[in-house]
Amino acid sequence: MAERRYTKTHEWLTVDGKTATVGISEFAQSQLGDVVFLDLPSPGRKIARGESFGVIESVKAASDLYAPVAGTIAAVNDKLTSNPELVNSDPYGEGWILKLQMTGEAPADLMDEATYKKMAEGTSH
Amino acid sequence: MTANRTPLYDRHVALGGRMVEFSGWELPQQYSSIRDEHLAVRRAAGLFDISHMGRLNVVGDGAEAFLQGVVTNDIAKLEPGRAQYNLMCKEDGGVIDDLVVYRSAPSDFLVVVNASNREKDVEWLRKHLPDGVSMTDKTLEVSLIAFQGPMAHSLFPARSTQTDSIPYFGFTQGQVAGEPAFIARTGYTGEDGFELFVEADRVGRVWDSILESGKAKGVLPAGLGARDILRLEAALRLYGNDMDETVNPYEAGLGWTVKLTKGEFIGRAALEKSREVVDRRRLIGLKMKPGDIPRHGGAVSAERGKVGTVTSGTHSFFLGYPIALALVEPPSFRVGDMVSVDVRGREAPAEVVELPFYRGSARATAPKHY
Repeated sequence: MAERRYTKTHEWLTVDGKTATVGISEFAQSQLGDVVFLDLPSPGRKIARGESFGVIESVKAASDLYAPVAGTIAAVNDKLTSNPELVNSDPYGEGWILKLQMTGEAPADLMDEATYKKMAEGTSH
Repeated sequence: MTANRTPLYDRHVALGGRMVEFSGWELPQQYSSIRDEHLAVRRAAGLFDISHMGRLNVVGDGAEAFLQGVVTNDIAKLEPGRAQYNLMCKEDGGVIDDLVVYRSAPSDFLVVVNASNREKDVEWLRKHLPDGVSMTDKTLEVSLIAFQGPMAHSLFPARSTQTDSIPYFGFTQGQVAGEPAFIARTGYTGEDGFELFVEADRVGRVWDSILESGKAKGVLPAGLGARDILRLEAALRLYGNDMDETVNPYEAGLGWTVKLTKGEFIGRAALEKSREVVDRRRLIGLKMKPGDIPRHGGAVSAERGKVGTVTSGTHSFFLGYPIALALVEPPSFRVGDMVSVDVRGREAPAEVVELPFYRGSARATAPKHY
């Protein structure tokens, strides 16, 4: 399985050829609390790296989702419409959020698991 | 200032509670999931640690007259063994706090206040305390836990003919798990259930026994997150959100707690005038479309422009749609009217609906006046 890498804004990404799968991290879901709704774009839309592509609503608050890589949206996870709690229960599996057809290469400055964990633990309180 | 910990702190951590600071106390936001805990309370029962709530013991021959002069409801009508929802107002009618007064004996009362207002309330009450009446803050000595849900009564480990006969907003002295407890049929979820006042060093056993005996039937420990959704569905006001010192009881829809004919009390003159105001601000209920989640502070607009603000909003898991309380300017709205609420910078449609959003099992045992 492709190596999972992370952004500072707590998204994760795996790459298979030119397709990137994006979700939010275990740490992010636990901080957000129960996810109740995701406002996601339609397939076909182009997004830039770092652009806000959607909103995730938890019981506590609404948070922006940021694209870890530039590309065209190839698919969104339709299951989240009726089961947004999949983001909580299986953030790296069934709770994936969208797939992107990458415009270029995956950026080299995304964090690996160990680096990300260290950063996340530092921001937790 | 470091946050206070309740005597159940270690148990919350052991149960996986995510501890957050709330009104100066470290309490669990959630254990497993707010959704699961909330649904457990609506379908079976849940157990809450609410030891952060302030508990003040007011004793003395003049205690009734004292309380009668500082709260809005009629304390003279409150019999021993009964509890009463009350507001405490300033001279101008603004709400200082909402509280529940429990009468143990003719001259012995327990007043339960919001954690966030405890110090303010104590100061206010002390200022008006006459000679011969004593007030003791029991918050740290006596813990408070709430066992709430349609099955709370049948799953109560200390169920007996004695507890069966406790009416809604009534209480009795009894035992739970071998520990002496003050067993009250009160709550903040809209469901039937009990609030248990137990000495701080004994509350752990009571907590354990309720969870242990209810586990197989779906009883869960429940945190602040679930509690907030439950109270909002039942349209129970949250002080600091839905009302504060700038809001009067009529605006908050709590005019039923104000007994103007009971005699003199602080705020009475102002409230008598407020009651006559037809074109007043009102707290209304809003129902929204799935995904449009209203949040505290969100602007409410109608054709005539901005009309008010969301005071509490959430997604109701149980109802399946978002709900909100909003304080809106006159002229008032009717059930069925459409307004819009700012949701992440967008005007989302909202329908004015009747309150409460959900009527749980609590009212099944409710007398007309409490």
